[in-house]
Amino acid sequence: MNILLLLVWIVVLFCVVMLHVAYATYFERKIIGHMQVRLGPMRVGWHGLLQPIADGVKSFFKEDIVPDNADRPTFLAAPIICLVAMMASLAVLPFASGWVLADIDIGLLFVFAMSSLASYGVVLAGWASNSKYSFLGGLRSMAQVISYEISMGLSLVGVMLMAGSLNLTRIVEAQGDSFLSMYLFPQAIGFFVFFISMLAETNRVPFDLPEAETELVSGYSTEYSGMRYAIFFMAEYIGMMVMAAIGTVCFLGGWHGPFAVPWFPALWFVGKIYLFMFLFIWIRATLPRYRYDQLMDLGWKLLIPLALVNIVLTACFKALFG
Amino acid sequence: MSTPIRQTLEVPVAEGSDGERYSLRMGPQHPATHGVLRVDLELDGETIVECTPQVGYLHRGFEKLAESRTHTQNLILTDRLDYIAAMANNVGYCVAVERLLGIEAPLRARYIRTIVAEMSRLCSHLLWLATHALDIGAMTVFLYCFREREILLDLFEELCGARLTFSYTRIGGVRQDVTRHFVDELQRFLDLFPSKIEEYETLIDTNRIWLKRTVGVGRISGEEALALGLTGACLRGSGVDYDVRKHEPYDAYGLVDFEVPLGTEGDIYARYRCRMEELHQSVRIIQQCLDQLPPGPIVSEDAPDLVMPLKPVAKVKPETSRFGTATITLDRSKTLYPDGDVYVATEVPKGELGFYFVSDGTSRPYRMHIRSPSFIHIAALGVIARGELIADLIANIGSLDVVLGESDR
Repeated sequence: MNILLLLVWIVVLFCVVMLHVAYATYFERKIIGHMQVRLGPMRVGWHGLLQPIADGVKSFFKEDIVPDNADRPTFLAAPIICLVAMMASLAVLPFASGWVLADIDIGLLFVFAMSSLASYGVVLAGWASNSKYSFLGGLRSMAQVISYEISMGLSLVGVMLMAGSLNLTRIVEAQGDSFLSMYLFPQAIGFFVFFISMLAETNRVPFDLPEAETELVSGYSTEYSGMRYAIFFMAEYIGMMVMAAIGTVCFLGGWHGPFAVPWFPALWFVGKIYLFMFLFIWIRATLPRYRYDQLMDLGWKLLIPLALVNIVLTACFKALFG
Repeated sequence: MSTPIRQTLEVPVAEGSDGERYSLRMGPQHPATHGVLRVDLELDGETIVECTPQVGYLHRGFEKLAESRTHTQNLILTDRLDYIAAMANNVGYCVAVERLLGIEAPLRARYIRTIVAEMSRLCSHLLWLATHALDIGAMTVFLYCFREREILLDLFEELCGARLTFSYTRIGGVRQDVTRHFVDELQRFLDLFPSKIEEYETLIDTNRIWLKRTVGVGRISGEEALALGLTGACLRGSGVDYDVRKHEPYDAYGLVDFEVPLGTEGDIYARYRCRMEELHQSVRIIQQCLDQLPPGPIVSEDAPDLVMPLKPVAKVKPETSRFGTATITLDRSKTLYPDGDVYVATEVPKGELGFYFVSDGTSRPYRMHIRSPSFIHIAALGVIARGELIADLIANIGSLDVVLGESDR
């Protein structure tokens, strides 16, 4: 009975997240459109509201081309790996008090593991396509994920120290008595490092090197078409949402808000995720792209030392005053 | 004499690299090659070991085609060279043919031509900035630039009815006079535009990532730039003071006051700054032209396609009259086009655009050669990009500001 209930919840969560992913693309196109003095989608439905559905239908019916020289099984599996890994990390996210599918004690580590796994999809896609652009995209992605995974992990150690747990629910609960019930202020350095690493981890501007359109055509997804391309796209957006959720849980106090909303306790959580999404989009509309070696410089020479400093500071404060 | 161009360059083998190379053919279909440029690359990792630009995908045989058409008809070919700044090509062509004929446009026409040439410089630089920024990844600048370019294109449309291929100037003047409304609208644009330049600069000029991507990248020294034949902002970015408008003034450039912005470093950022300054200078030139715009005729009485109606010495030969009034051949006893050759250079947004005519006394050129800056700039790409990263190659292509229509002709 319990398992059945869990399955129902999984299906519900899947549908809700997919709907959000679809409309996140709309949200992005609309916001960027208005930032760039144009309108964005306007044709399908009122103010383009049905655009994501039209896009979905279109990519679903498109021909699924597999290049002759591609490594067929890997080529076919790569997008699935991406999507599955990203979807799996949704399981541990606490949307509100008790609104979590798997309340496990290593929640944060699990999310990290899954987001690293997702980068395998990207690397394998680049490798299996047997195209030089894809290959370069895959290589870039690998180097990028390895470097930024470290700084991201280190930036969250401060939060772990303060909360004393890796369980996401407990991290949120631990923030309840801090200022504005968030760790944003005591962990400002950590948040700074986390935010930049988050952009890099999700391959977003200014770190969108693996799919740098003007350099590598479309990077790792150059050879993909139809639904498989759409799956990469979905995985990217779910990745953005998961990272936004981790940011919300660890620094912005999760579901805590200025007042409680009894009929929908996840409101603040979702609101904060969308705040992050808006920042993602805003940055995309503003910044140019880093170069490959500069990205590495930034990661290893600035972010990782900063994150280490943050750990030391947090640990000292904790030992002295905590 | 030793050539200052880097012939070979020690490419530092990246640490941990086994020195294994692979080739990558970038283009002709690639988002960042600005048309149909093909670049054959030898890569070591992401470092470019060898870079060979290949042109010709847009070859339409203009120089050969021109030999079977009259000088007046050839004007429309120049629209299709650098289609981003077609007006500047028109002006350059007409100045060249006038020099061949030994006639001069009336003062008002020269002022108008200077105005439209500078407007097309603004158009071209705006499009350059848009695509250059897009290549480096700044998407929004692209649309901001198009917003202002749209105003200019509307102005062109009002002036001559076309937005892309104008053919507005004619040998010996311009086709139509400017209207009051055009002058007012242009004035409004000039008042507005400097604040817009500031807007682009706030978006990218102080941006750390932009600086990292452009400062010290694609560096080319003054001697090298000269040896490679670079002109325009690519040459001035390296600190060489050469601008045809200043050094061999044509049209009204001798009558207005402007500066030639110079860079020192010769890197992508210097070229970027040069072009941004040129935007200011163009505004200044247009403003002065508008203020000084004298009354008078807009086309010279000696213009070849006007000789017939105004001067009764010419006769229409029946076999040539099918071309209409534009190509009336004169009485053989009066030679309108002299024998001989002439090379005339003008400063178009991309650099020095030269027309070389060999004339045999007929109304058609015996040979027309176009010295197109884009063609020469593309050749420099192989030298500049060697030893840098792929991402820099993209930035370099944008920074050299090439148009393939002009390069391939």
